[in-house]
Amino acid sequence: MANAIEVSNVTMRFNMSKERVDSIKEFLIKKVKRQLRFEEFLALKDVSLNVEQGDVYGLVGLNGSGKSTLLKVISGILKPTKGTAKTYGTISPLIELGAGFDMDLTARENIFLNGSVLGYSHAQMREKFDEIVEFSELQDFIDVAVKNFSSGMVARLGFAIATITKPDILIVDEILSVGDFLFQQKCEARIQDLMSGGTTVLMVSHSIEQIERLCRHVMWLDHGTIRMAGEMEPVCEAYKAFRK
Amino acid sequence: MKERIQTMFRYRFLLQDLTMRDLRVKYRRSVLGMLWSILNPLLMMVVITTVFQHVLKVAGSKEITDFAIFYLTGSLIYNFISESTGGALNSIVQYSSLIKKVYIPKYIFPLEKCMFAFVNLLFSLIALVIMFIIRQTPIHWTIVLFPIPLLYAFIFSVGLGLILATLNVFFRDVGHLYSVWLTAWMYATPIIYDIGNFSNPALIFVMKLNPLYHYITYFREVAVIGRVPGLEANLICLLSGLVFLVIGLLLFKKFQDRFILYI
Repeated sequence: MANAIEVSNVTMRFNMSKERVDSIKEFLIKKVKRQLRFEEFLALKDVSLNVEQGDVYGLVGLNGSGKSTLLKVISGILKPTKGTAKTYGTISPLIELGAGFDMDLTARENIFLNGSVLGYSHAQMREKFDEIVEFSELQDFIDVAVKNFSSGMVARLGFAIATITKPDILIVDEILSVGDFLFQQKCEARIQDLMSGGTTVLMVSHSIEQIERLCRHVMWLDHGTIRMAGEMEPVCEAYKAFRK
Repeated sequence: MKERIQTMFRYRFLLQDLTMRDLRVKYRRSVLGMLWSILNPLLMMVVITTVFQHVLKVAGSKEITDFAIFYLTGSLIYNFISESTGGALNSIVQYSSLIKKVYIPKYIFPLEKCMFAFVNLLFSLIALVIMFIIRQTPIHWTIVLFPIPLLYAFIFSVGLGLILATLNVFFRDVGHLYSVWLTAWMYATPIIYDIGNFSNPALIFVMKLNPLYHYITYFREVAVIGRVPGLEANLICLLSGLVFLVIGLLLFKKFQDRFILYI
């Protein structure tokens, strides 16, 4: 099987400026005085990851272990300080549901806006419009401004749009923990549906049960380094043992 | 390169949607809606014409004696530049929530602001047509060339917009400074007065360094005076725009990967 995601030796460094230098005057003064010091923070240290096409890959780890940073690097949102991240095929990032929504616009307008944020054409969106509305169960609210929606409604709409066309790679960050259990079941069913259609899924979840249920391979990140990676069961067992 | 063009082509819907969204948001809850794009320049023209022509006794130029038309042609171009570059300046910061969550080519955002301002400009042209009718200004065939100066101004505004957007990510002072600069720029550009009134050659030379002067002059010549600008005018307009565009693209490309760390 060919790889869908190839991450090799990625290091991500952030400069945590002790005080933000936001103005030219400050910048010049500090530059002259050589006070421009940054505290370096390595969110990812030399991480490599290959995900095969059609695989479902889970990332586990405590808060601040670098999971979301890795997802952002793979999605192309962050450019790694060192190393490369390559993806093959269309990619649909679910980093935060409804990220591209404009709160002042209606659900209908947002469906098209968000579709184009994800790189879909208007024709594609028109075709899928009814399906999106149906999946998100927002028939009665389609012409209401999104700012009046509950967070669950926003999440439903966001998920419906992002998964409407079958992407080659789906990136899921902790989003399945929103909404009620019915919606969660629905999302899982949709993800399983995509998986059987050959979509590669890379997901982050704090729910180890969910990872065990869905994933074939798992990587355990700890402070930006790989603690363990491989088949789901041994990694999950080790992670569960560590949590105790 | 081929890949870049494909990406740009793929995101054309986003460009279109964001422009539409800006239009919708701008005129939300206003009774007259898009009509404001026409009314606003007309009302401004009435104010400026009253103050400058009737109170301060400023005349138009030798060739455009109608002060109202003279002012309107200049202000339409100036307003486009100030609206597009001002919007582009804030665009990256404004869309930070999107940039942090989804991968989108970032130049889309300043470009979209310029497109939005351009659509507004096209609507505002109706104001000029209305004035032509009211004042019974003679129409010359050269008026069909009007898209050319607008295109030059657009290239320039995208270039300057990219530069400002990049700088503003790292230093938010740029935004404050630019609003002062815009006022200074308006007075330094022959919108209310004509450059022909000056006799100091040094002053005229300096004023002609302003690219806006050339776009406005070009526009006045084809739209009102009825003269086709020569090769020199075309070259100045095109090159000044392209210089800014190239600088803008290079600067933006160099720093765009670091934007996310500062927004």
